Amino acid sequence: MIELNAVSVEKSGAPILNDISLSFGQGGITALIGPNGAGKSTLLHAIAGLVAPTCGTVRVEGLDMARARPPERARHVALLAQDERVTARLTVRDLVGFGRWSHHHGRPRDADRRMVRDALDIFDLNPLAERRLDALSGGQRQRAFVAMAWAQETPWLLLDEPLSALDPRHARDIMDRLHALTRPGPAQRSVVIVLHDLGVAARYADRIVALKDGRLVTSGPRVLAMTGGMLSDLFGTGLALERIKGRDVVVPV
Amino acid sequence: MRLWTLALVALALLVGASCLVGVADLFGGDLDTQMVLMVSRLPRTFAALLAGAGLALAGVVVQMSVQNRLVEPGLVGTPESAMLGLLVVTLLAPGAALMVKMSVAAVAAMTGTLGFLWLARHVPRRDPVLLPLVGLIYGGIIGAAVLWMAWTADLVQYLGVWQSGEFSGVLRGRYELLWIVAVVAGLLWLAADRITMLGLGEDAARSLGLDYRQALLVGLVLVAVTVSVVVVSVGSIPFVGLVVPNVVSRWRGDNLRRNLPVVAWLGGCLVLACDILGRLIRYPYEIPAGTVFAVLGAGLFLWLLHAAPRRAHG
Repeated sequence: MIELNAVSVEKSGAPILNDISLSFGQGGITALIGPNGAGKSTLLHAIAGLVAPTCGTVRVEGLDMARARPPERARHVALLAQDERVTARLTVRDLVGFGRWSHHHGRPRDADRRMVRDALDIFDLNPLAERRLDALSGGQRQRAFVAMAWAQETPWLLLDEPLSALDPRHARDIMDRLHALTRPGPAQRSVVIVLHDLGVAARYADRIVALKDGRLVTSGPRVLAMTGGMLSDLFGTGLALERIKGRDVVVPV
Repeated sequence: MRLWTLALVALALLVGASCLVGVADLFGGDLDTQMVLMVSRLPRTFAALLAGAGLALAGVVVQMSVQNRLVEPGLVGTPESAMLGLLVVTLLAPGAALMVKMSVAAVAAMTGTLGFLWLARHVPRRDPVLLPLVGLIYGGIIGAAVLWMAWTADLVQYLGVWQSGEFSGVLRGRYELLWIVAVVAGLLWLAADRITMLGLGEDAARSLGLDYRQALLVGLVLVAVTVSVVVVSVGSIPFVGLVVPNVVSRWRGDNLRRNLPVVAWLGGCLVLACDILGRLIRYPYEIPAGTVFAVLGAGLFLWLLHAAPRRAHG
């Protein structure tokens, strides 16, 4: 359960998020949508506890994220920020291994090693495991980072525009993998993802949270909340939802 | 395993050469060989190894902290700040113990490096060359203040000693402070994962559960102490912290848990080799190891830039 209670965030005096109250339970993919500068990224960072709210509280599974100690925070939420500028030339295996750091603090146990192996299996990274990050393509690198976040073994995975540098094939590959992770099962995860591509949101999201100018516009199940009228208002341009081959597709009007 | 053997052999050869090379002829007969070794040659060898290892390690930490491979302590104002601290303490309390002077220098180095980090937050990240340039100017300004102070207080000759790394003056009883570097290296090894995570960037490191500020502060304290010890005891040597981590990173990646020993080894060996060269080039006169390394390092650095300009930041 993620609960935001009257959360506001200011950066150097300017309001970024304004009085956001919102809560949703585990399961499925939640898409954060909204125009540029709406505060989507800041909201994601606030949920992860990386940006402290100016007022209001953020709780994830009951834990107050602004006050939690870093390792505890990292066992509740894994955030994959946008545009990872990586100086460290790590192998994929080492990178994924760092996903376990909050569990072992430098002394990996069997469970940690097993989790890294599973992550490499699930994300098909075994052939790349000994390659360094700077020798990977953008799609491969993104997959390695998602695997690292997965290995953190948190109930919640937060991803800030993970598709921005990917071509359609790799974007679809990542989304299919995330979709599979969120299906019910013993290792089920919940995903909150910032998406720019409304088509992807319409296709994969179970829930929509729409932001504009730092305020919450709407939040709810995608089939109910995502309508042509809402999208048109949100982005200030004519948009409509149409059903093509049994799927909702966003088209300009 | 084979790598370790090779590393040890190289180290042993250099140490042996360093003990044999010098103006005093060990086998001439009219000298107490054991005394020359114990008082001069061995301390000098240890000093070069420790200073080289320390500066190389400090370079890794700075590069990871600001996520830029083109910086080193000498390019972010750390040695200049240490010299400022040394000057101030020399002026205010000329008779202070070496340990006191060193501590003041370390605090000053720390403050100066923090100042650079603060600056670095405001430098656009797109162009990796911008940050070293800013650091160069920042260090230059502090250096100018140091020179002015030294000039007015008639202490310029001290500056020369602190600025050019040089081992000919190393004798037993005058270099032992450098063993602090060995302690720092041990502490760094304990913090290796944290320093590696700094290199993943602030968001990623914090999301992984790292106390980012604490890790950064620990890294900086260790850098400041190392650089201050080296400046006080043998003088700063430019380029070591830049070249060595880059070579090691190319060769073996960046998992510091595995690489810190290699960085320390290569830094120590290169500086010792430069010291030996410096003793031989104009025999029986000496060229400071810092000067030899600057020439060698500049060449290596140009090669690194040429080899992969795209990858300069990652």
